[in-house]
Amino acid sequence: MRVETTASGPTQTWLRRRSRITAVEIAFWLATLLPFVLFPSYLSLASQIAIGALFALSVDLVLGYAGIITLGHAMFFGIGAYAAAILAKHGWGEPLTGLLVAALVAGAVGFVTSFIIVRVQHLALIMITLGLGLLTYELANSFSSVTGGTDGLGVEIWPVLGAFDFDLWGYTAYGYALAALFIGVLLARRLVNSSFGLALTGIRENSARMPAIGSTYRVHLQKIYVISACMAGVAGALLTETTGTVSLDTLSFQRSADVVVMLILGGSGRLYGGIIGAIIFLIARDRLSDMNPQYWYFWIGLLLMAVVLVMPGGILGGLSRLVRREAR
Amino acid sequence: MIGSLAVVLFDGFAFGMLLFVLSVGLSVTLGLMNFTNLAHCAFGMLGGYAVVVAMRSFGLPFLLTLPLAFIVAALVSVAFERTIFRRLYGAGELNQVLLTIGLVFVAAASTAYFFGTGQQPIVLPHYLQGYVEWGGLRFGSYRIFLVVMALVIAGLLVLGLEHTRFGARVRASVDNQRVAQGLGLDVDSIFAITFALGSGLAGLGGALAIEIVGLDPSFGFHYLVYVLIVVAVGGLGSIGGSFLAAALLGIFDVAGKYFVPDMGAFLIYLFMVVLLFVRPVGLFGKR
Repeated sequence: MRVETTASGPTQTWLRRRSRITAVEIAFWLATLLPFVLFPSYLSLASQIAIGALFALSVDLVLGYAGIITLGHAMFFGIGAYAAAILAKHGWGEPLTGLLVAALVAGAVGFVTSFIIVRVQHLALIMITLGLGLLTYELANSFSSVTGGTDGLGVEIWPVLGAFDFDLWGYTAYGYALAALFIGVLLARRLVNSSFGLALTGIRENSARMPAIGSTYRVHLQKIYVISACMAGVAGALLTETTGTVSLDTLSFQRSADVVVMLILGGSGRLYGGIIGAIIFLIARDRLSDMNPQYWYFWIGLLLMAVVLVMPGGILGGLSRLVRREAR
Repeated sequence: MIGSLAVVLFDGFAFGMLLFVLSVGLSVTLGLMNFTNLAHCAFGMLGGYAVVVAMRSFGLPFLLTLPLAFIVAALVSVAFERTIFRRLYGAGELNQVLLTIGLVFVAAASTAYFFGTGQQPIVLPHYLQGYVEWGGLRFGSYRIFLVVMALVIAGLLVLGLEHTRFGARVRASVDNQRVAQGLGLDVDSIFAITFALGSGLAGLGGALAIEIVGLDPSFGFHYLVYVLIVVAVGGLGSIGGSFLAAALLGIFDVAGKYFVPDMGAFLIYLFMVVLLFVRPVGLFGKR
């Protein structure tokens, strides 16, 4: 695992300046604690959002930073979710090791599939990610003795750290999911503000030129794909553990598509894009859930078209452009 | 056993021909402009609903509504192409995918709003109903009609592309757009016309599909995966490739559902992933 690091001073300083923690960031993380006090009846929604945000962050790493278009990332989410559920079903309901196992299993699948992913581009890439996602769904559906088929699995999860039981109101669930999201963001932050992260952006911008400056771009892509798979697996396992159930829809194309929509709405290629997108998407869906889902997708579709045509970079991209204009 | 196998194969081939009509337009336009148009099947759906409205509200006979489906889908699609899609040529696949999938969402929701979420059955003329007995086997009349239609369309497409001036221009633009432009070809309007023709074929496919797979607001989504498989496996811009891929997919899909109902879809996806891994450009793709 060799990462090309330039030890020269200016690069290091530049990277360090990029990764400086801002006041907005601190305020954001303090605000994530508000639901505990202000909206205790919405804690289960809040934990869904934290899980969705972690999943969106994992997609951001491959799609936003490395430029791999994926329409099948739910496969890792679902594999993580089922790994944790099957582990708990066989008598080991300890949540933290559940997350670890989910990350390992999803990462292993990610490693195997990454050899296919780096080989193809354009339409073939879209079709392969889509195909792998559908394939996993069909497999899980066929092996209903292991996965519970369309009924899914209900599992019993032990208390977190042996002390915090998963309560009905979701205090533990939200705290647990939020902690996982926080760690995920720290990790992703470190990754994208490293020379490795810069190499990924280089691949996204021009994959033909990267080998010319001596960057082994396939290895880079495989690495980020595996890391992203692990993170998506953890997000899936979190969903299993906080809800105590897992079903086939964790693997569905709908989930793959929704997470891309969240990311694009928020702004891809930005650390907080997926998080903002998940907050808006999931709160809107919760508020509008009495609406027929078909009509809800009308607005989602319209929003997507609007983002692509008039607001490239999503909500965060638009905001940062506004801020820059103000500063000038 | 042999008899049922023959009927299953024939039904599969007929389904494949339906997929061919639905997808060949996308194959050509994708090869021409590299525009990943996931809304292709939404134009197919438009054609289907045009037939339903024309038959129910205006009482037109089925065969007359088919050209109508073609024209409606072609006109609406070219309006979108001229106003929205063309801004995204060269904007990267992600933006194209997002815009067109957004359009599919909007189309599905609007259709559900105006027509409801139920299936829209149509009544076929009597000469397309029933069976044709041949060697003790019964082949559906409508499926025979479908196969004949698809073969005629494939023939016309090959003729049009290989033996007309316009076809030569399209082929030149597919092979090398910049050189074609440099030689004075108006690639922009060639593409607009090709796009209209391709979407028109999708509209025709959507109309022909009503009797085989039904028509409801999820059509634009449901058959998108099939169409994309045909295009990716067949190879961009290749009519022969699309034809072969569609026939194979149709036969495997129907035979799979008949003989191995648990694994049918799985085998198709597996085949596609393996094929694209070995040949990322598809069976007959050039690049």
